[in-house]
Amino acid sequence: MSLTLSDIDRIANLARLEMPPAQAERMLTQLNGFFDIVEQMKAVDTNGVEPLAHPTAVIDHVSLRLRPDVASEPNDREANQRSAPAVERGLFLVPKVIE
Amino acid sequence: MSQKQIHEMGVAELAAAIADKQISAVEAAQALLARAKQHQNLGAYLAFNEDATLAQARAADARIAAGERGPLLGVPLAHKDIFVTKDFPSTAGSKMLQGYQSPFDATVVAKLAQAGAVTLGKLNCDEFAMGGSNENSAYGVARNPWDTDRVPGGSSGGSAVAVAARLAPAVTGTDTGGSIRQPASFCNVTGIKPTYGRCSRYGMIAFASSLDQAGPMARSAADCATLLSVMAGPDIDRDSTSLDHPAEDYTRLLGQPREGATAAQPLKGLRIGVPHEWLNWTDDEGLTREDLSDDVLVTISGALQVFKQLGAQVKRIQLPHTNLSVPAYYIIAPAEASSNLSRFDGVKFGHRAAQYDDLIDMYKKSRSEGFGPEVQRRIMIGTYVLSHGYYDAYYLKAQQIRRLIAQDFQQAFTQCDVIAGPAAPTTAWKIGEKGDDPVANYLADIFTLPASLAGLPGMSVPAGFGAGQLPVGLQLIGNYFKEAELLQTAHAFQQATDWHTKTPEGF
Repeated sequence: MSLTLSDIDRIANLARLEMPPAQAERMLTQLNGFFDIVEQMKAVDTNGVEPLAHPTAVIDHVSLRLRPDVASEPNDREANQRSAPAVERGLFLVPKVIE
Repeated sequence: MSQKQIHEMGVAELAAAIADKQISAVEAAQALLARAKQHQNLGAYLAFNEDATLAQARAADARIAAGERGPLLGVPLAHKDIFVTKDFPSTAGSKMLQGYQSPFDATVVAKLAQAGAVTLGKLNCDEFAMGGSNENSAYGVARNPWDTDRVPGGSSGGSAVAVAARLAPAVTGTDTGGSIRQPASFCNVTGIKPTYGRCSRYGMIAFASSLDQAGPMARSAADCATLLSVMAGPDIDRDSTSLDHPAEDYTRLLGQPREGATAAQPLKGLRIGVPHEWLNWTDDEGLTREDLSDDVLVTISGALQVFKQLGAQVKRIQLPHTNLSVPAYYIIAPAEASSNLSRFDGVKFGHRAAQYDDLIDMYKKSRSEGFGPEVQRRIMIGTYVLSHGYYDAYYLKAQQIRRLIAQDFQQAFTQCDVIAGPAAPTTAWKIGEKGDDPVANYLADIFTLPASLAGLPGMSVPAGFGAGQLPVGLQLIGNYFKEAELLQTAHAFQQATDWHTKTPEGF
């Protein structure tokens, strides 16, 4: 399997990255180099092997917790918006999406 | 004033000198701040806030004056810039977060502060902790004090430099695929990554959520044990993967002979397993690791001899899926990274491009300007392997192989108590030497990735020097929750050797 430049364009769009042609070429070479070493995974028989998400689940059952659906943090809007690129009257500003 | 200078003291010595009022917390912080600033050419620190540091130090001095004592009370530390902090900018080594001011402290940072530790500043790292050389930082390289033309390793490169160059007695780091153990190895530092889920990830800027773990780096296993005892413990409401296991005192076994052992042979009865797949065995013609350099092999073999003298039994074990850890990890980690990093959209925080056409263009330009090349590569890999039609072939398959790797370890731990081997196949390389060839960089993580994928606690302990007087670290891996036993083993080694006390010339 080998990726093509059109794959790179498609993936870059999904990832919301801008990829000028020269950079896309380079990315293509590097990603194909990487997927060459991924090929060895194919030879491994993983039939019936349960995927492992939380590592300690290999020795013990791990269940993800749910906490009560109540606000646990104080309202700290000013501090939270301090590093926002554009804010007005407590609102995040984005470019116009509806004409 | 004691005879030793402040920067020459480790955590235990500093805490004792401060508790005995030989020096104040303020004096300790001032001395180390001055020293850190004097050595800024090493690129270890990314940010200082002297007012905040001295305020914390004065608060510690007040607690001491009120009669309080504690193993970290008044001790200056520094944090990898992957932990968010209220009093210092938090950048993750990325242009994306230049100047970012967090509204809160990471749990690990808050716990250390509650124990009275004083924050000196924030430490350089590979961007979003992606890399093994610190060359991927948007704020410049960090330099290895053992040879300033060489990398300190990464991603916790600034952390390792700060400890090695005596710019802090101890620091925090994070380890996703080896980011504590490999720089510790390259810089002659002791570092431990605990069992996955032991330290809260709350406030640790996320890279790969099923792998990221915080841990301490210091000049000895004993100092690491002191820090880890404070850092670890459940954080049930704030980290859904935090393990519901009570905090413990990781210093409790230090200096204790094992059951049935003696003072001369404190590790008698300890079974140390050395993976068949990791070393070049002289009696095995079928297996050669061409990536393992001779000086590392010789140094590790020497360390294993020390363990035998301490009474341990060294035996061969098998980790047959070792080589698959590179592809499995470099599928899983980028997949999780691409999800985690989707939050950087130029809207709520982080970099926003100055010019753009519309919302989508704003996302794309902001992200392409804010993320460096390695981060973009991993986002591309992750986006691809999670995209429609490829999930089963890559992500699911990698998670299945991850279980096989974890099962290998459980099989091995039926035959041994601790696993030992190199932390990295080579010593530190020259800055720029590996270029940005991702495959060459990824393959260098071969010995740290297996324990990361399995979520096992792992350490790197100074074990001697290879060619060019460059440090070599011995990796020790324990079973889940066996951090205290690992630290006991490392401490016994450090009682019998003095590698960990060696300081680079000029520091």
